[in-house]
Amino acid sequence: MLNALGQPQTLLLLGGTSDIALATARVWARSGDLHVVLAARPGPRRDAAAAELTAAGASVAAVDLEAEATDTHSALIAGIERDIDVALVAFGVLGDEERAWQDHAAAVHLATVNYTAPVSLGVCLADRMKRQGHGVVVALSSVAGERVRRSNFVYGSSKAGMDGFYLGLGEALRGTGARVLVVRPGFVRTKMTEGRDPAPLSVDADDVAAAIVKGIANGDDLIWVPAAMRGVMSGLRHVPRALFRKLPL
Amino acid sequence: MSELTGWGRTAATVGCPVSATAAEVPAVVRAAGERGLIARGLGRSYGDPAQNAGGDVLLPLPTEIGAVAADGTVRVGAGTSLHDLMVALLPRGRFVPVTPGTRYVTVGGALACDVHGKSHHVTGSFGDQVVDLDLVLASGETRTVGPAREPELFWATVGGLGLTGVITAATLRTIPVETAYAEVSTQRLPDLDAVMGEMREGDADVTYSVAWIDTLARGAAMGRSVLSRGEHATRELLGDVPDVLAPPRPPRLTVPLTPPVNLVSLPAVRAFNEAWFRKAPRHRTGEIQSLATFFHPLDGIAGWNRAYGPHGFVQYQFVVPDHEDATLVRILERISAARLPCFLAVLKRFGPGNDGLLSFPMAGWTLAYDVPAHPSLAPLLEELDRQVVAAGGRVYLAKDSRLHPALLPQMYPRLDEFRAVREEVDPHRVLRSDLARRLEI
Ligand SMILES: Cc1cc2nc3c(=O)[nH]c(=O)nc-3n(C[C@H](O)[C@H](O)[C@H](O)COP(=O)(O)OP(=O)(O)OC[C@H]3O[C@@H](n4cnc5c(N)ncnc54)[C@H](O)[C@@H]3O)c2cc1C
Ligand SMILES: NC(=O)c1ccc[n+]([C@@H]2O[C@H](COP(=O)([O-])OP(=O)(O)OC[C@H]3O[C@@H](n4cnc5c(N)ncnc54)[C@H](OP(=O)(O)O)[C@@H]3O)[C@@H](O)[C@H]2O)c1
Repeated sequence: MLNALGQPQTLLLLGGTSDIALATARVWARSGDLHVVLAARPGPRRDAAAAELTAAGASVAAVDLEAEATDTHSALIAGIERDIDVALVAFGVLGDEERAWQDHAAAVHLATVNYTAPVSLGVCLADRMKRQGHGVVVALSSVAGERVRRSNFVYGSSKAGMDGFYLGLGEALRGTGARVLVVRPGFVRTKMTEGRDPAPLSVDADDVAAAIVKGIANGDDLIWVPAAMRGVMSGLRHVPRALFRKLPL
Repeated sequence: MSELTGWGRTAATVGCPVSATAAEVPAVVRAAGERGLIARGLGRSYGDPAQNAGGDVLLPLPTEIGAVAADGTVRVGAGTSLHDLMVALLPRGRFVPVTPGTRYVTVGGALACDVHGKSHHVTGSFGDQVVDLDLVLASGETRTVGPAREPELFWATVGGLGLTGVITAATLRTIPVETAYAEVSTQRLPDLDAVMGEMREGDADVTYSVAWIDTLARGAAMGRSVLSRGEHATRELLGDVPDVLAPPRPPRLTVPLTPPVNLVSLPAVRAFNEAWFRKAPRHRTGEIQSLATFFHPLDGIAGWNRAYGPHGFVQYQFVVPDHEDATLVRILERISAARLPCFLAVLKRFGPGNDGLLSFPMAGWTLAYDVPAHPSLAPLLEELDRQVVAAGGRVYLAKDSRLHPALLPQMYPRLDEFRAVREEVDPHRVLRSDLARRLEI
């Protein structure tokens, strides 16, 4: 159960090797008694993540997740016996932007991992949490989806889609006890963005984690990280296309 | 489906409320689905013992109050509130021997939390006032249990948080009173030492005793308190007061809606605590107060818990054994250093506990501390948990909304016995609550 101070007991990480997901788990692991279900592709990265969270004081169970294999998702969620207090939908791919719109396979892959798979798991989680009568789904969206731009529009459009899906899911779940928190980070310095030049207002995975923990305790349904991104994006959303095209984004 | 929380208005979950009469309870229990069922009283527990996410929540059974028998006992339905019971008993010159700080609790809830009042050091707790009670088990079977009849199941049920079955009725002892008033003495005490000394020495001679502590006072004034003690006022003492057995009235004021922000801020609380301490007499005796004013001052304002705003509040109540004075002092130091907005914490010296497997009271000191809910509280309360456990004490589950399960067996050393009873009467865990899930009971 999520307690009165917003601490979960069972945390499901979908994309359990994500830097943001692990940073979030670490915060709650510190207060003790956290059980983490680490759903990720098997391999050394997952082993290392499990070891790290165990060392931080959590009990960890690793399960296999291949985001593209949507037909396995419902069994994955059904296989988790404990109540899922918080589920983080954290997997995602950034890919090579120019390849992503010119290489058919790359485009379909990106759209599947970033949009179809979150929808697939979102439906399974909603069904589960509705029956539980409680639980929070945290969807890692991105500011890239708020105003899709030329430089990464395949990624951006996939995030726009998943963002819309989870906001809608939150509305649909009102009154069931289940909740959705959509998180829109800006540039986060993680392995996903390694080697890229940090954009203005960039943050670390720990900053996103702190915002998620606070958002859950507050019962928020949509947050930006850093919070100042909200104002920036609301400005950018209204910039006319002809001008937007010329911005160095 | 409806969203439920405890009195602290935290950690809401959604369950399916069910209304029933006592006769329908067996069928309702048998019909419970895979998420089980829990009985709910008036939701005056602070945390999550009376809610059941995704499952059924049985609302209070209809009020039923029998005649007072020659031996002073009365048969009551479990859904009856102590308010209604007092309204029925007082005109007959009777009263309940144990009442918590609010009379808006049900008999079922008072039994399931084995609640205590200002008389604990003399009367014991609510469970000690029971002749017998009717319990509907997970199987739908009804058992009548009491201290002299299936004591194991009885003492698992008293304090058992609704997890052994649904209580449908109970036979309770009542006490004779001449009036609906108390004769009260009030004493202002400058620090913790003084109030503890006064309670240790003088409590044995009075029936009702409790102290309100200003947790914001520091230094030499740390623990400054107002000690309030009382006895039932006699007819003679009241002189020509008309209607000396007038029952309590419903609240006159209401907080109608939840403000968007917490109104319980540090400056407001500091000012209030200061004024309240200054206004208390150094020592006054013989003051006449209605029983409602003496026992249930907060019941005058309905919905006062809303003042804490949308994020609600928590109450941390713990007990440490008698010889652990030093732990109490250390915890109060820690609390007063934390500077959290707490209106008047309550200090009480308990008499010995009873056989309730999960009952809270034990001989020693209990302190109840209300603060707005915030994630930043977690480390402080976890630190206090550790001190309480190290001293051989425990936190009160009727107030808890954030304890971690790992400490529960140390706080409640008879937990295994409780689990064994539950295994026997409810092997499939039909009776379940959010608290039971959270604390892995
Ligand atoms: C202002 C205030 C002051 C308080 N002061 C005190 C105090 O001085 N001393 C003290 O001990 N407590 C105190 N309390 C706590 C309160 O007395 C207890 O939490 C009490 O149990 C609440 O009763 P309820 O009917 O509201 O039950 P709920 O809070 O609705 O339920 C409490 C528990 O009882 C169980 N239960 C309810 N009905 C039944 C039934 N028919 N069969 C089986 N189980 C049942 C529930 O499952 C749950 O586990 C105070 C609370 C408030 C708000
Ligand atoms: N970093 C940023 O700047 C930023 C900004 C906004 C939003 N986000 C979003 O935040 C989320 C977490 O990102 P992050 O920064 O923590 O990145 P990250 O560390 O790279 O994590 C992404 C994870 O997704 C997993 N994944 C990729 N494809 C998968 C597949 N087919 N099946 C299962 N898992 C797969 C990867 O797991 P493997 O270990 O198996 O490869 C990887 O650990 C992502 O959704 C991302 O889009 C990130």
